[in-house]
Amino acid sequence: MRRLKAAPTLVATTLILSGLVLVGPILPDGPGWARLEAQRGNAQPPRAPRVAAPIDVTGYWVSIVTQDWRWRMVTPAKGDYVGIPMTVDSKKVADTWDPAKDEAAGEQCKSYGAPALMSVPGRVHITWQDDNTLKVDSDAGMQTRLFHFGAAAAASDTAKTWQGVSVAQWQPARAIGGFGALLLRPAERSSTDKPPVPKGGSLKVVTTNLRPGYLRKNGVPYSANAVLTEYWDVYKRPNGEEWLTITTEVADPQYLREPRLIALPFKKEPNGEKWDPTPCSSRW
Amino acid sequence: MHDKPRLIALIAALTLSAVPVIAQIDLSGSWRRPGQTDNSYSREPVDLLGMPVSADGRAKALSYDIASLSATERQCQMYTPFYAFTGPFGLQISNEPDPITQKLVAWKIAGWIDRDATTIWMDGRPRPSKNAPHSHGGFTLGEWDGEALTAVTTHFKLGDMKRHRGMSSDQATLTYRFNRHGDILTVTGILEDPVYLAEPFVLTESFRLDQATTLFPLTACEPIEELPYLHENPGIVPHYLPGKNPFINEVTQKHNIPLEAVLGGPETMYPEYRKKIKDKYVMPPPCKEGCGGQPPAPPSPPAGGRGAPTAGRGATPPR
Repeated sequence: MRRLKAAPTLVATTLILSGLVLVGPILPDGPGWARLEAQRGNAQPPRAPRVAAPIDVTGYWVSIVTQDWRWRMVTPAKGDYVGIPMTVDSKKVADTWDPAKDEAAGEQCKSYGAPALMSVPGRVHITWQDDNTLKVDSDAGMQTRLFHFGAAAAASDTAKTWQGVSVAQWQPARAIGGFGALLLRPAERSSTDKPPVPKGGSLKVVTTNLRPGYLRKNGVPYSANAVLTEYWDVYKRPNGEEWLTITTEVADPQYLREPRLIALPFKKEPNGEKWDPTPCSSRW
Repeated sequence: MHDKPRLIALIAALTLSAVPVIAQIDLSGSWRRPGQTDNSYSREPVDLLGMPVSADGRAKALSYDIASLSATERQCQMYTPFYAFTGPFGLQISNEPDPITQKLVAWKIAGWIDRDATTIWMDGRPRPSKNAPHSHGGFTLGEWDGEALTAVTTHFKLGDMKRHRGMSSDQATLTYRFNRHGDILTVTGILEDPVYLAEPFVLTESFRLDQATTLFPLTACEPIEELPYLHENPGIVPHYLPGKNPFINEVTQKHNIPLEAVLGGPETMYPEYRKKIKDKYVMPPPCKEGCGGQPPAPPSPPAGGRGAPTAGRGATPPR
């Protein structure tokens, strides 16, 4: 019986090539893959974030206040800090909360800074300001957040603001195959599965350069060194409803014993009919 | 020479067999609940703030007496699957592969002391008939949507929506949406109930991967004598008649929140509701008790049985 002497080499080569071809998408932005593409002469200019968006977060969204109602829909009592992992320093600062003083200082927007804004009951209108910048307007407090794609973190001498500097990044769903599939548990491999099309993904936003403000209307502080990390996820239901869940993590060692980790639900609205711009308030 | 076509065929077969699969996310592990929201808060028995209850749902909630959980026949009754959002503990998730093919058959969320385990079937098995028996854990089918897992639970029994605050019926449906971001797992829950809800009740909870998290596993339950008056009078069904709930004004008295808001309803969860109560709310005096701001105590299982009432609430016979 004749043997295919070259078969082992060819099989190995084939497996490697198929692995490279199909593993590639797991690291679409990886330098190795980009280099391989360049060698092949297939290098393409990166698509603008607006075009490359794996999910659509634009439109009008209303916050659904089913949790923490007592601390969000009304201004809670001074000293009511339930749920927030405060440090001793934080409590000392919060115990001195005086809304009249904030008003006199023109700081009515202290509880509308980025770490708290999405918790404030209201609506947000999300649009593309340009191909690289997503704009989030809130009717409550009439604030504007700008999410800059591909931007570097703010320089340390940049002026600190209520909304800070936000660097955004798409996190598209990944496809994986060939040898890549072997990296997963066997449970995830099946030759009977239909070839998938990666769909969906998340938006990651990291915000720094914040002007010190309040996590809760009654004076629970965050510092200028706070770092806000958010993950925005959209869920389109079969019945047509669209939900946006914003996972929110605030890290601030000065005022938080551990990062504050909450998630906030929003529901999409068909238009801006209920848009109700309202200025910041220290008391309500 | 005739080996060449065979080689080409072999190469083609190997290449084509490397079919890409969706990069499914591993959900397994112990996930700690940071407990930074009021999802599991249950100090005042009548607190439907932001809950989209229907008129029937409100009536059901107001008739509820926590002592009912101490009745012998209800002590081993467990909370509904929605308790994954409103309970005090974290989630312990594991996967169950088919022993032959190793293909994922199900995700399992372990039960707690008072919440049944949830099995999320990923094999596309048919959902039972609507007339099939209901269980505390219900029947759940899951499906990947990109890197998010969507799971829908039906066939679960009537039970608490939040701890001792509002009930969902046995016709309710719960949709979970799992999104993992590194060591953070965010779960969005959409509870729909044609009987006791006027709109979907949506809660979110983020968990952190933490192998040291405290979990109280589901164990066998044996009824005990929790409340002597119920044990001695098994015919008593603890409840409050319409208009007779003694705790209806507790939130208003403690926090100055208008009663109309405390009684819930879909309008209370929308931002514009603030305008409706703005002139009726006066900020209460500074908080003196149970105010937070201190390191929390670790979670502990309920004292006594699953429904053992706290002192003063349901611990005595109804008058």
